[in-house]
Amino acid sequence: MTVTSTHTWETVVGLEVHCELATVSKLFCGCPNEFGDEPNTHICPVCLGLPGSLPVLNERAVEYALRVAEALHLRVPARSIFSRKNYFYPDMPKDYQTSQYDEPITIDGWLDVDGVRVGITRAHLEEDTGKSLHVGGGGRIHDADHSLVDYNRAGVPLLEIVSEPDIRSAEQAKRYVDELRATLLAVGVSDVKMEEGSLRIDANVSVRPAGSAEFGTRAEIKNLNSLRSLVHAIEHETQRQSALLDSGARVVQETRHWDEDGGRTLPGRSKEEAHDYRYFPEPDLVPVAPTDEMRARVRASMPELPAARRARLIEAWDIKDDDARVLVDVAGLADYAEQAVAALKAGSAKDVANWVRQDVLGYLNDRGLSPAVLTPEMLADLVGLVADTTISRGQAKDVLAESMAEDKWPSDVVRDRGLAQVTDLAQLTAAVDAVLAVNGAAIEEYRAAPDDKVRKKKRGFLMGEVMRGLEGKGNAQILSDLLDARLA
Amino acid sequence: MSDHSITRAEVEHVARLARLALTDDELDSLTTELGAILEHAAQVSALDTAGVPPTAHPLPLVNVFRVDATRPSLPRDEVLAAAPAAEGGRFRVPRILGEAP
Amino acid sequence: MTDAALSIAADVRAGRRSARDVLEAHLAQIAARESDVHAFNLVTADDARERANEIDAAIARGDNPGPLAGVPIALKDNLCTRGVPTTCSSRILEGWRPPYDATVVQRVRNAGAVAVGKTNLDEFAMGSSTENSAFGPTRNPHDLSRVPGGSSGGSAAAVAAGFASVALGSDTGGSVRQPASLCGVVGVKPTYGAVSRYGLIAFASSLDQVGPFASSVSDAALLLEVIGGHDSCDSTSIAQPAPSLLDDLERGVEGLRIGIVTELTDTDGIQPDVKAAVETAANALTDAGAKTERVSVPSTMYGLSAYYLIAPAEASSNLARYDGVRYGLRIDGADVADMNARTREAGFGREVKRRIMLGTYALSAGYYDAFYGQAQRVRTLIIRDFEHAYEQFDVLLAATSPTVAFELGAKTTDPLTMYLNDICTIPSNLAGHAAMSIPFGTALPVDAPGGTPALPIGVQVLAPAGGEPVMFRVGRSIELAAPISSHLGGSGT
Repeated sequence: MTVTSTHTWETVVGLEVHCELATVSKLFCGCPNEFGDEPNTHICPVCLGLPGSLPVLNERAVEYALRVAEALHLRVPARSIFSRKNYFYPDMPKDYQTSQYDEPITIDGWLDVDGVRVGITRAHLEEDTGKSLHVGGGGRIHDADHSLVDYNRAGVPLLEIVSEPDIRSAEQAKRYVDELRATLLAVGVSDVKMEEGSLRIDANVSVRPAGSAEFGTRAEIKNLNSLRSLVHAIEHETQRQSALLDSGARVVQETRHWDEDGGRTLPGRSKEEAHDYRYFPEPDLVPVAPTDEMRARVRASMPELPAARRARLIEAWDIKDDDARVLVDVAGLADYAEQAVAALKAGSAKDVANWVRQDVLGYLNDRGLSPAVLTPEMLADLVGLVADTTISRGQAKDVLAESMAEDKWPSDVVRDRGLAQVTDLAQLTAAVDAVLAVNGAAIEEYRAAPDDKVRKKKRGFLMGEVMRGLEGKGNAQILSDLLDARLA
Repeated sequence: MSDHSITRAEVEHVARLARLALTDDELDSLTTELGAILEHAAQVSALDTAGVPPTAHPLPLVNVFRVDATRPSLPRDEVLAAAPAAEGGRFRVPRILGEAP
Repeated sequence: MTDAALSIAADVRAGRRSARDVLEAHLAQIAARESDVHAFNLVTADDARERANEIDAAIARGDNPGPLAGVPIALKDNLCTRGVPTTCSSRILEGWRPPYDATVVQRVRNAGAVAVGKTNLDEFAMGSSTENSAFGPTRNPHDLSRVPGGSSGGSAAAVAAGFASVALGSDTGGSVRQPASLCGVVGVKPTYGAVSRYGLIAFASSLDQVGPFASSVSDAALLLEVIGGHDSCDSTSIAQPAPSLLDDLERGVEGLRIGIVTELTDTDGIQPDVKAAVETAANALTDAGAKTERVSVPSTMYGLSAYYLIAPAEASSNLARYDGVRYGLRIDGADVADMNARTREAGFGREVKRRIMLGTYALSAGYYDAFYGQAQRVRTLIIRDFEHAYEQFDVLLAATSPTVAFELGAKTTDPLTMYLNDICTIPSNLAGHAAMSIPFGTALPVDAPGGTPALPIGVQVLAPAGGEPVMFRVGRSIELAAPISSHLGGSGT
């Protein structure tokens, strides 16, 4: 009988996140830093690595790195240098990547994720590579006949953010990325869109016996194109490694690729020689020594970070953590909501938050933020109309829809359609009395109701009749009180 | 003086790293030549450099930056005209066997 | 006699000579001797005529074309010239036309110079004899059986033979000064960062500098004033304009303290006549009011070893881009890596491959610290020793080349033998300092077969970073004291 060990395996994950910085021009030259244009239309001698070309560092990329340092509590050493990472690959114009190695621009930071501190080893600057298309073989690299290279992306500035192996589950990894993305968005250094490649993730995954302090052998997982892939890949890889170790085999340190279709990681097929990058200091660039003045300027320009903003909104608006997250995570949404709150004449910030979260979000997604149509002020108008009981909440949904469709202020919609609720006591009393007068049987059934459920149903019927008589414009609260008084 | 001779196997490995399809004759002669040069270059080992920082840049310059602004790019046609092979506005290469590191 | 740039420019600006006439005289000289000398990879006669005509038209309009008006200039073929083939004398770049000009090329053109062609060099600037060119060697105009030096042998020969009035080369371990010495012309390696490297096809980035060749110290000063000064395209370029050199040239050497570097003058490998020339020059300077004595700069003895770790290491990385993907030679292969390897094997010559291999090894895992790392620390020691010397001296003197020109093929069997040509010049590159070679007499080679003419000797002046003004003053004084044979400058017989 074979005995298999049954450890409880703990997942250990470190994430390497590459973030494209949203500078106007590339890291070392003046070519535009833009996504999606015709291939090879944003290249010059420098980013194409033509003989004789030389790099010159983009000052905004340095500023952005320093901003991230503030946001992620990273230390900024007195000086940093660039280094060459040497390897041959067709998407690399110089067959070396100008990056940072032993003297990066920032080190030793952290990010709090759901109350747990994840360490960040370093965040450094480097240039991006070009992109290859593989022709033949279904577009996959391994079966291709030949490849085609576009260097538009070559030289785009990247910030590589490396976490400590402090992450303990796939879900936590996802939350880390969520928080990191929100932070990078908030400090305005990147649009962090995984689908456009401005945020890329590699995961280093290993397992160890629960309670152990030593690290197991890790595998690096690449080709994670979405958060879903990240979660599934980590889960799969954890299982794979655990099963290996349980069967007495060993985990090989290697690069693996996430196969979305197959739902598994596969070993990489890189050239047989282990990559010896032969790092040495980049002789064509001089060191970066951030001055006190540079750092002070960055500090002064720092926006409110996501965690702080969420906490403030939760406290000030009495909203839940989930709602605060959505508001803060979606670019521009919290700004929009805060502007609407500032324009309120009646109603609460919590109301605004609910409206934004539920009804407005989808609409804004379709149109893009800062719509000329449903401005924050118009939303405030709508919320005010409900708060001062001009319309009911039920009516408000229709008013919102019409307001967005017709590009009209909610107040104007209400006025033009005569939707204002009836609040006049005499009118409402008359409406209730009119209904009760012809529904004697229902009243009897209500009074004779055997339990709450039936009673509620009967009451609901009567209320419905009253509302119908008022064309839905009766103020629900007042009617409710009147009805209860009559039925008592 | 320490022995810094290089073996043929090492030469082959270095040739792979450097993407040079050296012939057997070249591998043989380079093994000898590189050995001699390294022997000579290893004289540097003789010097006491404890506590001496390396000089990567002879100039004491720091913080050389450019303003983040765009400048005209090269016309694609001119660049691709110099390419050994091009297709669809891109540089064409034979199939790539391994993934990028 | 090489036509002096200063007088050409003055005559052309004054209308005494036309740029076209000046050019045609030089083209005639090329026609007469280029097939023997092979200074050029490409003579750009048509472009030159067009440019000369433009200069003349500008003069006719009353415009000033600049300090180099009508001066014929030759450009080393590792300087990018837009639309004109730039090969680095390598098969891997044969026929490649850069889409841009090097900064120094733009500057000389804007100053009114007329480029006559791209000169031959050791492939990718790696060599000391121009025998490593894929397109055949250049020959020394003084003796066609001998090398002109390298790697900028073509540029040195072009000036020596009167094909151009001045030329640009590049100096990484002596590649301007040593051929200047062997060809009997003036050659300068500026302070690192004094001249833009943008458009200079890189060999060893922390050592390379573009430098002028001329038949006189004043012409070299003129050219350096034009090409030098900050360039925003080069992060390693000094943030200052080029220093003024011509104004103070004749100030003399009264009161200057001059040290003769023993390690670079008295060592065994240095030909006795060469050492004697340095001493004669030193005596002349003493007569002119300077104080000269011997000085030791000990670490310079390790310069060669450090250089042959640092330069190939940087070169191995700089030359990785020649992979057959985007430009230049491509030899097809089964896959891209195979294509890269076959292309580079076919496209690079022996010496280039040797240095790429050496450099790759020196940087590789497990060896970095002992080789590259240690060499960079030795570099610091060399800089410190120089600093120490410059506390007591204003400039230093040394031989430029250990010997006068050697025969073609004489040093090609053993790479180390060739490398030893650079022992006097390398330390200045490692330190990032300025240095220049001034023709000072001639001597017979030690291997002289009968009938060999006497060959030029060069004396080297070394100065600290930014020391060009004082270096040029000393160079001018040496030039004034030089034997008559050195004042023939140019074409030789």
